[in-house]
Amino acid sequence: MKKLSVLLTALTLTAASGLALTGCGSSSAGENGEVIVYNWGEYIDPDTITMFEEETGIKVIYDEYETNEIMYPKVEAGAASYDVVCPSDYMIQKMIENDLLSELNFDNMPNARDNIGKQYYEQSREFDPENKYAVPYCFGTVGILYNKTMVEEPVDSWSILWDEKYAGNILMQDSVRDAFMVALKLDGYSMNTLDPAQLEEAKNTLIEQKPLVQAYVIDQVRDKMIGGEAALGVIYSGEALYTKAENEDLEYVIPKEGTNVWIDSWVILKDAPNKENAEAFIDFMCRADVALKNFEYITYSTPNMAARDLIEDDALKNSPVAFPDLSNYSNLETFHYLGSDGDELYNNLWKEVKSN
Amino acid sequence: MMKTTLQKIYMGLIFLFLYAPIATLMVLSFNASKTRAKWGGFTLKWYQALFRNSDILNALRNTLLIALVSSIAATVIGTAACISIMSLKKKSRTIIIGITNIPMLNAEIVTGISLMLLFLSLGLRFGLGTILLSHITFCIPYVILSVMPRMQHLSPYTYEAALDLGAGPVSGFFKVVFPDILPGVLSGFLMSFTMSLDDFIITHFTKGAGIDTLSTKIYTEVKKGIKPEMYALSTLIFVTVLILLILVNKAPGKEKGGVSK
Repeated sequence: MKKLSVLLTALTLTAASGLALTGCGSSSAGENGEVIVYNWGEYIDPDTITMFEEETGIKVIYDEYETNEIMYPKVEAGAASYDVVCPSDYMIQKMIENDLLSELNFDNMPNARDNIGKQYYEQSREFDPENKYAVPYCFGTVGILYNKTMVEEPVDSWSILWDEKYAGNILMQDSVRDAFMVALKLDGYSMNTLDPAQLEEAKNTLIEQKPLVQAYVIDQVRDKMIGGEAALGVIYSGEALYTKAENEDLEYVIPKEGTNVWIDSWVILKDAPNKENAEAFIDFMCRADVALKNFEYITYSTPNMAARDLIEDDALKNSPVAFPDLSNYSNLETFHYLGSDGDELYNNLWKEVKSN
Repeated sequence: MMKTTLQKIYMGLIFLFLYAPIATLMVLSFNASKTRAKWGGFTLKWYQALFRNSDILNALRNTLLIALVSSIAATVIGTAACISIMSLKKKSRTIIIGITNIPMLNAEIVTGISLMLLFLSLGLRFGLGTILLSHITFCIPYVILSVMPRMQHLSPYTYEAALDLGAGPVSGFFKVVFPDILPGVLSGFLMSFTMSLDDFIITHFTKGAGIDTLSTKIYTEVKKGIKPEMYALSTLIFVTVLILLILVNKAPGKEKGGVSK
């Protein structure tokens, strides 16, 4: 019993010291009210938030999520009354369909209107047909990351992931849509297809590849490729820049059959309590110097042309990995929301692949 | 001889499996390179970065505050519940205990979402308050679970004797009943404390904007890779707990034996 009470006291002490560690930070609204932002984890340079608060007097309440799917139920339920959210393409489409978003007034957001490259608004039309709801924040492609010391021939096609020479040296993405994107593109179909015959074919393509795959992973592609544990991996371009910096033998290509262009964009929710502040926030994030700071922090490609002009390192500025010229590729697509039936169709086929 | 060697190897293996992940994490917290695939040399920079990172420290503060407050509240409420459950008739007692056990068997995500919906329909503002309420809610059954057996083994006569000898109901409880059930109360408290410390799912659904606990904070970093500062923090927490356990086991209470444990 004494033992327990010692433990108890000790616990209380640690807790108390934890409290003392940072002091009781009290949050008070700024002189111009507040804005509640819901963004991906580690998806903004914290300094830019401080800058925004100082310049506008608007207090930012900042919250983070880890996947689109975990963000959606919270936003839909209205649990925390967010103003600004930064979902991905297909999720924005779903939110538009379910009437969760508010139309943007671009007259209040000159930076968003002028600094973001027109081609990215064009690409956004796949999920936001009239460009009424979303301001692109980060984008990228999905491609093949390969180790030059382990792969001799030039890599330019998804088909190399089916080459038996590299059996046990291939990393695939462990997510339904990304895996099927690779197979569908290789078979020459749209990655948003709902045609059962095409999907069946893609499923068989994936099953055929399965014996060659070392592992189906998500973020481990990064570490495994840096450590030279695999020769080829399917990866998001944002990660590619970082891995190349850590291991110079790595190279990233967008396969000629085309790929997925993903775009994470700022949107304002229909029930947003602070719409004007939300627009001010989005516009601030589109200012060239702010967007540059965020690009340097996140290292994912920025659609902000003004920020891109400010990049001093020419190699980075003209890097085809960070800023691929989208017009060079004829078959780039962006994920669509397929509805719950479509999702189920994909999920069932994916289960067959995984359990085969 | 052979047997003891085998025993030792077996024990060693078990410890290896239990502690290898933690050891890996501790080693990585001193790795100068951000990726686990490369050893970039020994560094303490993640520890320095940790103490400069107000987000992580805030999350740590919230986690400890929530764990402490909710486990204390759950212990008080749970113990009080046990007292009244004891005074019920046998049949209704079994029913009530059964009902309090259900939330423990429930999937966390069900508890989380139902709490979120409840708070929404009550029009509560999501924040520290809602997290506390939900943590207290899911901790109470654990307190009841650990206090109840102690209560049942208690002889009702000692309490009655105390009353006969002139103690009021309150002082009778604290002088006679409470010392006997204290071990159960304490283990209920500790169990609540750790449950609250660990929880992710329920916290995720009941938290408001701008407030994070360690588990929700770590989880948000998944997309871009968990920062080595988190390794440093986990190492510090592990070492703290280890030191605490050593202290507890060396505590003077041990020699006396008897009541302890």
